[in-house]
Amino acid sequence: MQPANEEALTVLIADDNMTDRMLLSSIVRRQGHAVITASNGQEAVEVFRQQRPQLVLLDAMMPVMDGFEAARAIKQLAGEALVPVIFLTSLTEEQALVRCLDAGGDDFLAKPYNQVILAAKIKAMDRLRRLQATVLEQRDLITRHHDYLLNEQRVAKAVFDQIAHSGCLDAPNVRYLQSPYALFNGDLLLAAYTPSGDMHVLLGDFTGHGLPAAVGAMPLAEVFYGMTAKGYGLNEILREMNAKLKRILPVDMFCCATMLRLSFQRCTVEVWNGGMPDGYLHRQDGSARVALVSRHLPLGVLPATRFEDQTEVWPLAPGDRVLLLSDGVIETSNAQEQSFGVERLERVFDTHKDPESLFEGILQALHDFRGESRDDVSMVQLALIDAERQPPASLIYSDSGQSSPLDWSAMFEFRADTLRRFNPLPYILQLLQEIHGLRPQSGELYSVFAELYSNALEHGVLGLDSALKCDATGFAQYYALRNDRLAALEEGYIRIHLQICPHGVGGVLRIVVEDSGKGFDPKQVLAKPPSVHGLSGRGVNLVRQLSHSAGWSEDGRSAHVEFTWESQA
Amino acid sequence: MAVTQSSVTQTFDPESNTSSVAISGRFDFSLHQQFREAYEDERAGKPSRYVIDLKNTTYMDSSALGMLLLLRDHAGGDNADIALMNISPDVRKILAISNFDKLFKIS
Repeated sequence: MQPANEEALTVLIADDNMTDRMLLSSIVRRQGHAVITASNGQEAVEVFRQQRPQLVLLDAMMPVMDGFEAARAIKQLAGEALVPVIFLTSLTEEQALVRCLDAGGDDFLAKPYNQVILAAKIKAMDRLRRLQATVLEQRDLITRHHDYLLNEQRVAKAVFDQIAHSGCLDAPNVRYLQSPYALFNGDLLLAAYTPSGDMHVLLGDFTGHGLPAAVGAMPLAEVFYGMTAKGYGLNEILREMNAKLKRILPVDMFCCATMLRLSFQRCTVEVWNGGMPDGYLHRQDGSARVALVSRHLPLGVLPATRFEDQTEVWPLAPGDRVLLLSDGVIETSNAQEQSFGVERLERVFDTHKDPESLFEGILQALHDFRGESRDDVSMVQLALIDAERQPPASLIYSDSGQSSPLDWSAMFEFRADTLRRFNPLPYILQLLQEIHGLRPQSGELYSVFAELYSNALEHGVLGLDSALKCDATGFAQYYALRNDRLAALEEGYIRIHLQICPHGVGGVLRIVVEDSGKGFDPKQVLAKPPSVHGLSGRGVNLVRQLSHSAGWSEDGRSAHVEFTWESQA
Repeated sequence: MAVTQSSVTQTFDPESNTSSVAISGRFDFSLHQQFREAYEDERAGKPSRYVIDLKNTTYMDSSALGMLLLLRDHAGGDNADIALMNISPDVRKILAISNFDKLFKIS
């Protein structure tokens, strides 16, 4: 093998004239190359096949097979590699020279031979040959890298899908559109049920493209699913996601996100939007649509201490639709480089007054506008479904149940400083999950607990009047007031008493939730017919429906409920 | 496809100790290196204040927002003094959605 940088080549010389052949051979050898010879075209092709010379000097006119045919055969054998073919010819008329090149020849050399010209041509052809070899090598390298990258993306996506699709995007109240490779555009769509049967949804958009945009998605999804399953609310989950992304991502990377909590029992949607385009709440009754506006910096920008987790809460009626979309929708551009834009989107809203047909309407409009769909367009549409039809949250347990604690009591007192920032429910519920007999009722238990806790906090400690929630404006006002009062809370407490007693083959859990508020007259509240379907007063009925017995102390400052079970699960 | 070349121009005013960086054309990932070099150039002095002039900026994407965060980090994080000026309505929209007015002075 010759070292690549030397110019010594193996040259095939094919000429039927022995004198010419020998003359040329000696010239070429003297120039430092190895020579092999053939006396006709067929022989030349055969020698080429066996010895693969790097350059071919071919007489045009030869017996058995002429140079033109031999050149075609050699070029075919050479494949993608460039094996320069120089025709040796005493032909002078233009047509013959053109034939040489048409047959695949790269150059020609007139007889009688000029040594200097021959050396220069061999050198020039060798340069071309090397260039072609380099190009091929680089092309193959790029192809290998590309295959490698695609394979990496496939693996990364498969791993991610295991996490991302553990959620409930296939629920009957969810419609969504997302490219299978959205992950590599930084788009992320997650949905999961909370233990009480509410639904958490997150539509996110990481900065950048490709793997860098995808890496942050994994930890974000894990926090989302892990904390949702444990019963944490939006505020805690968002705080944790922000802190985690801030810790792991480089300064210039972040994740725009809208996160929702759809509560089927309370008929509300709670929203946090940091950096995403407006989401929309479309009313079935034709009243004005509500824009779910970005009020915050994206996730992963602010340090944990400065993160803003305030959410907005809106009432939701059956038939209403919540729509979230990525900036790919608005930035979809047509052949004239115009963007689809918010105005066009709003026109689609105006022409599809029925929320039922809206999703298709947007898809159609995007299609008409662009003619094809982009792979960075993500949309999700959510509706309320009847709380009764809601599948119960299913949790997976791995312990045997032999060590279930069955006879104990505990009391927790959470004071103002704690109430401001901390949600104790996930911890208490996890504690109660240790009791196997209660597990089949964990959804109900969670709902009741969440209700009693928020009643104690909002009506008790914060002194909010649920009568405010009689209409949509009051509703928003109520939650704004809740945020303000909680942030300014200086005193007050919520006490949670738990008592577990064995009873027959099963047991009883007694819960008392007590607060420092003014209390209320339970006789008056409980006397209201439970069928009133307003925006307020839902909680009390819910508690009565889901627990085995429920009651309030005379002063309304403490609520007590019981859950019983018959045997070990 | 528009083929106008985007560019970054930096000037330093020793009087006010201010580094001004003007972006013309599309402010996107292709300017990453140039933008970084512009604000890291401290041959004329260490600026205490930065002004980003977006008068001729036609478009801004999320990687541009990321670059602004890098500058903010470079200039002292929460103590950074960075003003964005001459903002077109389109760019203003982008800054508004991401709520970057909470981090930068926007005029």
